[in-house]
Amino acid sequence: MKKHLLCTSLLAAVTVMPAADTINGAGATFPAPIYQKWFEEFHKAHSDVRINYQPIGSGGGIRQLTEGTVDFGASDMPMTDAQIKAITKFKPLHFPTVLGGVVPTYNVSGVSSELKFTGETLAGIFLGTINKWNDPRLKRDNPGVNLPSEDITVAHRSDASGTSFVWTDYLSKVSPEWKGKVGANTSVNWPVGLGGKGNEGVAGLVKQTPNSIGYVELIYAVQNKMGYGSLKNAAGTFVKADFNTVTEAAAGSAQSMPEDFRVSITNAAGKNAYPVSTFTWLLIPDKIPNAANKKALTDFLKWMLTVGQQDAQGMSYAPLPKAVVAKEEKQIALIK
Amino acid sequence: MNRLARRNFLNNAMLSLTGLFTLLTVSILFVILGFLVWNGWRSVDLNFFTKLPLAAGEMGGGMANAIVGSGVVILISIAIGVPVGFLGGIYLAEFGGKTVPMLIRYTADLLNGVPSIVIGIFAWTVIVVPMHHFSAWAGGFALSLMMIPIGLRATEQFLRAVPNSLREGSLALGASKTRTILSVVVPAAKQGILTGLILGVARIAGETAPLLFTSLNNQFWASKLGEPTATLPVMIYTHAISPYEDWHRQAWAAGLVLLLLVLAANLAARWVLSHVGSAQRG
Amino acid sequence: MAHLVTLAFAASVFLVTVLLVYELWIHSEASRAKFGLSFLWKQTWDPVTDAFGALPFIYGTALTSLLALLISVPLGVGAAIFLAELAPARLSNACTFLVELLAAVPSVIYGLLALFTLVPLLRSYVEPFLKRTLGFLPWFQGPAYGVGYLAAALILSVMTFPFIISISRESLLAVPREQREAALALGATKWESTWRVVVPYARLGIIGSVFLALARALGETMAVTMVIGNNTSIHASLLAPGYTIAAIIANEFTEATGDVYLSALVELGLVLFALTMILNALAQLLILATSSKGSRQE
Repeated sequence: MKKHLLCTSLLAAVTVMPAADTINGAGATFPAPIYQKWFEEFHKAHSDVRINYQPIGSGGGIRQLTEGTVDFGASDMPMTDAQIKAITKFKPLHFPTVLGGVVPTYNVSGVSSELKFTGETLAGIFLGTINKWNDPRLKRDNPGVNLPSEDITVAHRSDASGTSFVWTDYLSKVSPEWKGKVGANTSVNWPVGLGGKGNEGVAGLVKQTPNSIGYVELIYAVQNKMGYGSLKNAAGTFVKADFNTVTEAAAGSAQSMPEDFRVSITNAAGKNAYPVSTFTWLLIPDKIPNAANKKALTDFLKWMLTVGQQDAQGMSYAPLPKAVVAKEEKQIALIK
Repeated sequence: MNRLARRNFLNNAMLSLTGLFTLLTVSILFVILGFLVWNGWRSVDLNFFTKLPLAAGEMGGGMANAIVGSGVVILISIAIGVPVGFLGGIYLAEFGGKTVPMLIRYTADLLNGVPSIVIGIFAWTVIVVPMHHFSAWAGGFALSLMMIPIGLRATEQFLRAVPNSLREGSLALGASKTRTILSVVVPAAKQGILTGLILGVARIAGETAPLLFTSLNNQFWASKLGEPTATLPVMIYTHAISPYEDWHRQAWAAGLVLLLLVLAANLAARWVLSHVGSAQRG
Repeated sequence: MAHLVTLAFAASVFLVTVLLVYELWIHSEASRAKFGLSFLWKQTWDPVTDAFGALPFIYGTALTSLLALLISVPLGVGAAIFLAELAPARLSNACTFLVELLAAVPSVIYGLLALFTLVPLLRSYVEPFLKRTLGFLPWFQGPAYGVGYLAAALILSVMTFPFIISISRESLLAVPREQREAALALGATKWESTWRVVVPYARLGIIGSVFLALARALGETMAVTMVIGNNTSIHASLLAPGYTIAAIIANEFTEATGDVYLSALVELGLVLFALTMILNALAQLLILATSSKGSRQE
């Protein structure tokens, strides 16, 4: 009886469903908003191509690509040599897609103005050595702001995250104590704090927990109308993440981009460079046996490097430097 | 106060206290329903049932693919779980000696007690990795493992309740054992067996953990059973922990729909069971 | 013929369970080889240096489950006593029916409710109150996050009520009437007869229900993951965020890069499986002991 109903609804669903294959990808939550928009738009333009992207964290993208359970991965942390070697069936090619910035987003009672942070204060907060909002070091950098005497609640990622890698990479560069105690990776042994799943999870935690601070990709703070602070960069200027500051951070790298596109641009030189900027990469196998999938993915990459780049600024990311785009178009040919 | 009065006082106090505890625990079900209805009823609209989920921040999306996806995964688990539970239950009730049935019952109870997340790990290692795909198959398989012990136990229990006179009568008339089971014993126990099936479905309909690494999720319709698919419980989870208000709204709606379905299945099972008595008296 | 077909299906249950244990065993190989038994008491969970230890998760699992039982056992047994001894049959059946429906509510829905209603309540009212009144104790110190051990324990206690109430009530109902009548004939009040005669008689079944509830609580995943705070250290305070075995597997399994990391997670699954297996077996024995003792139906 119940079986009958379910059978007929399944039949109805099957007749409605299109016949072509879906291409499955998984990985970073950092670029998920723009990836999901891209795949939606690309599907509208090419109705026979459906690319299903699941944001499960950069670590997840790398893992599932290695296991072969997805057709492509995505990560904000370039794969290490060991991880690349672990995949025997193909070589994963790194395709930078956009530039983005990771911002310190906070929810402090009574504070509506923008807070200033330095590498030293951020490392202290995330190490747990600075644990009250009215700590003298925070007050020193934010004169005139009425910081409450409340405890700081730290929010970090509970899943293996490229965003975490970028954040901890930056902290390792500006704080020897952080480098020694914790280090940089997609998943680290966080000294303090609550864990949230994905960029959305951290944003959710900060939004709902008073007097908290976390790190998220810029668009997550913007979309949720959350306050985020400015950071002191290598040149000594306090900069906030935006189109210009993130683009400037990548300016130097365009010329010196390695062949395989694996590069870190945290704490970049440049007067107004945002210090926690990063490329994010799609990880595409260099051998795709299914011809239809191969065409779909290579078409998408070409589309992404041209039409797709126009979406970046509107979604609080920055488009790739032209020199990088040119190099990537050449890499597409490597996909067999 | 003399001793008797004190004892009477204690008597009344404790009895009232236990009554209070009962009131508290019984009212929780209504509290749960109340919150879900309060927060979700406005969002259970046509969009919810017919549209696909939209990218975060865009309004008007729905969970159509998740509803169908849940249906598909449940159907797969029924297709695997029902034959095993039903036929296995027949074996335990009608055939078998001492040790083999005891062993099977023990492992079925063991399987019943396995935490759902561990079932997810198992399904990932034996289906997802060799298939190189997250899929509805893997999700259905994982859920079937949770359904089997319930179906097995219900089938055995209700077959045993059928009086032996029915069996003996059929055999005396010359029917084979197989025929006896199929035409006489099973029909006599069918309500109980159906109850087991419905309860099994109700149990797995809301399970999330085993689906996390088997059917994963999908923002489109799954084009075939070997593809990842959206399901209601997983959608509730991802939407609830996100920071988007619109997604929260949809999570409440999905929660309300899911709970109503699960409760309806449970009530249906009990209703079916309550009619067993009249059938058995025949 | 039917014999063989049905045997095959029945045997498949046995085979699949054996396969499950086997898969858990071999996929945890790398971690077991590297850490041995010390895995059970090491506290670090560091994917960067591949150092893994299960203690924070065993601690979190045990703490939240035991705390949950601390709340649900008195409430549940009390309600069972009321339903078995005091309430008229129709009321008792109706209430038991409603309580058993609670067992059908999916874990993710408990999680949804806990996240949006329980956690804000804890963060804004309950935890600050506990800090003000009991803050001198180490168990009630630290910031009031809302999420944490306490939130997880509270939602787990709600999820365990149905098992305790349902099975305890049946154990109490199975006590022979003569026992009650004898106590009352000797001049005991209703409560005294219940508490000093009936409950002890049924205690094996009641304890069995507690073990069963504990086994369920240990394996609960979704509701706990959503409110426990996801922190991999051990904290004394109940207000602090923590982790359970099931929650960390749910969060980190799909992304564990590297063999040791993944096998450490599978090993955690093995530990959880072993724990629930032992508890379930104990529960079965205890419940069986009561039903054969007092029942007149066999």
